[in-house]
Amino acid sequence: MPPQPEQYEYLEHTADAKFRAYGKTLEEVFENAALAMFNVMIDTKKVLVDTSLEISLESSELDTLLVDWLSELLFLFEVEEIIFGEFRVGDIREEGGKYSLKALASGAKWDLEIHLFETEIKAVTYNQLELEKTPEGWVAQVVVDL
Amino acid sequence: MTESEETGSESTGLENKGAESMLTDVRDMVRKLSDNSWEIPIGHTPGMEVPGRLFVSEKLLAGIDPETLSQIANVATLPGIQKYSMAMPDAHLGYGFAIGGVAAFDSEEGIISPGGVGFDINCGVRLIKTNLQKEDVVPRIKELTEGLFKNVPSGVGSKSRFRASDKELDDVFLHGARWAVESGYGVDSDTEHCEGNGCLEGADPAYVSGKARKRGKPQLGTLGSGNHFLEVQYVDEIYDREVASAFGLEEGQVTVMIHCGSRGAGHQICTDHLQTLSQAVKKYGIQIPDKQLACAPAQSNEAQSYFKAMLCAANYAWANRQVITHWTRETFEQVFGRDSDELGMDLLYDVAHNVAKLEEHLVDGRKKEVYVHRKGATRAFPPGHSEVPTAFRDVGQPVLIPGSMGTASYILCGTKEAMDISFGSACHGAGRVMSRAHAKKEFNGENIKEKLEARGITVRATHPSVIAEEAPGVYKSSSEVVNVVHELGIARKVARVLPLGVAKG
Repeated sequence: MPPQPEQYEYLEHTADAKFRAYGKTLEEVFENAALAMFNVMIDTKKVLVDTSLEISLESSELDTLLVDWLSELLFLFEVEEIIFGEFRVGDIREEGGKYSLKALASGAKWDLEIHLFETEIKAVTYNQLELEKTPEGWVAQVVVDL
Repeated sequence: MTESEETGSESTGLENKGAESMLTDVRDMVRKLSDNSWEIPIGHTPGMEVPGRLFVSEKLLAGIDPETLSQIANVATLPGIQKYSMAMPDAHLGYGFAIGGVAAFDSEEGIISPGGVGFDINCGVRLIKTNLQKEDVVPRIKELTEGLFKNVPSGVGSKSRFRASDKELDDVFLHGARWAVESGYGVDSDTEHCEGNGCLEGADPAYVSGKARKRGKPQLGTLGSGNHFLEVQYVDEIYDREVASAFGLEEGQVTVMIHCGSRGAGHQICTDHLQTLSQAVKKYGIQIPDKQLACAPAQSNEAQSYFKAMLCAANYAWANRQVITHWTRETFEQVFGRDSDELGMDLLYDVAHNVAKLEEHLVDGRKKEVYVHRKGATRAFPPGHSEVPTAFRDVGQPVLIPGSMGTASYILCGTKEAMDISFGSACHGAGRVMSRAHAKKEFNGENIKEKLEARGITVRATHPSVIAEEAPGVYKSSSEVVNVVHELGIARKVARVLPLGVAKG
């Protein structure tokens, strides 16, 4: 299933997976980056959403908040055994030199009979990390280690 | 990185419009030192303290993309780097360090960086010998591969056959393979035949987060996914009879290779400490050209906390491979109806290829303690070195180089030249040349599987896409890579093994 270009796109990378996510708002680019990441492993459209987790995070920079957000999702994916397919990121705010977010990640418990994972993501890297405001909104670039 | 897909042409014969211009580009950036050695001069990237050094043949140089060169040069900017920032012939684009990267940093004036180890801490390889011959195994290979696939959990979401308790996890972090052997997963000689005896001193679980522990508990004794594999092989060619005999290898002999790492525990430990170290960079005023090269002065709290946690992950990986070894022996016992002792299933050796270690090396004629970072590189210690097991002390450490799925793997031995040239290091594999996405477009998993079966190689994987992603055509030729290492003298070819059956995640 080709990704919808308004959400995210995959770029070539020899060994790992690299993607660019787009959004009209900062919150939306965080949501689409999460979608891009999970679609490296599985087609999330096939995931029937029936469970949700609340996430709140804090980081010293905006781009590291993005890495922390994706890393947190990978952690929850593995230990809660939930494959996420929908993300609602609430207000991302800066306060006292810290950036924070609150989000709701929704998905379904794994069923290895149904959910065929294409590959495993080991971690989210800082390599070639970009998060920029553009005239159209926001764009993020992330490399994940496979 | 759009150029990277073009590097695939070398061994795949894909359309490659930009190859010629890229070759010119890369050649313009390096200076030939000898047939297999190229310098990336100071100035390639601002702030380089030492030159870069790339160990490739002319042919392999054509497959190196400019971004990989930049990654090698980036490492040369880090404080306290010794001699040069190196890359082995299997070098390819990584994050932070290039894959195949080796760099040593002064233990006082230098730094420690998780970017020089990677997320899969102590991803490594071990080789188990048997006294079976190829003819004994070929008729049972389907049953054997199926048994290994069943008995050793692999793939995304796979859980181990047991769940470690908190106490056990601490013991695993502290004692590595020794924990496994003492818990009944192996024999004493197994730990003697591991790099560092399968346990690095100095690990401290206090620096391992609750998250990493949570990920580590259910995964001890799992293979993982991606390029990790468990392979039944046979020795197809001997290059050095004397060393092969010391290693106990002969033509036709069946061997088993295990390639895996520290699983989620290692990934989380790296993730957690990268967070701290990316802050430390600011605190210590270190200029880094890539955020993934986050680091801190070697003796700082931040760097030492990472190092102690990283050692926990390294030990976890040795315990992991040891538990898998036990289940591999059990599988052979079930299939052949004989005890694993009777089957001669001794461990030849176990090497780490993603790790940072405090080692003593000669730098400018002086003995010096350095933190050697090997990111996709294998230690290759020479004859006579105290870290080489007594059984191989006269010939050098076994260096195990896995091939890609369906291709040859190599067994080499460490040399004195490696100590002089590469901080006692050699290559770690074939080196990827084609992206996974591209591979999935190019290859069909079922097809590859049939082709391999036609060549007598049984493959068992959780998902056909894993086979497509890891198809032999997405890697450099392992023989080309190993020949460069051999010609440079940083490790010497001893034997070649070919696959019979592969189980992967």
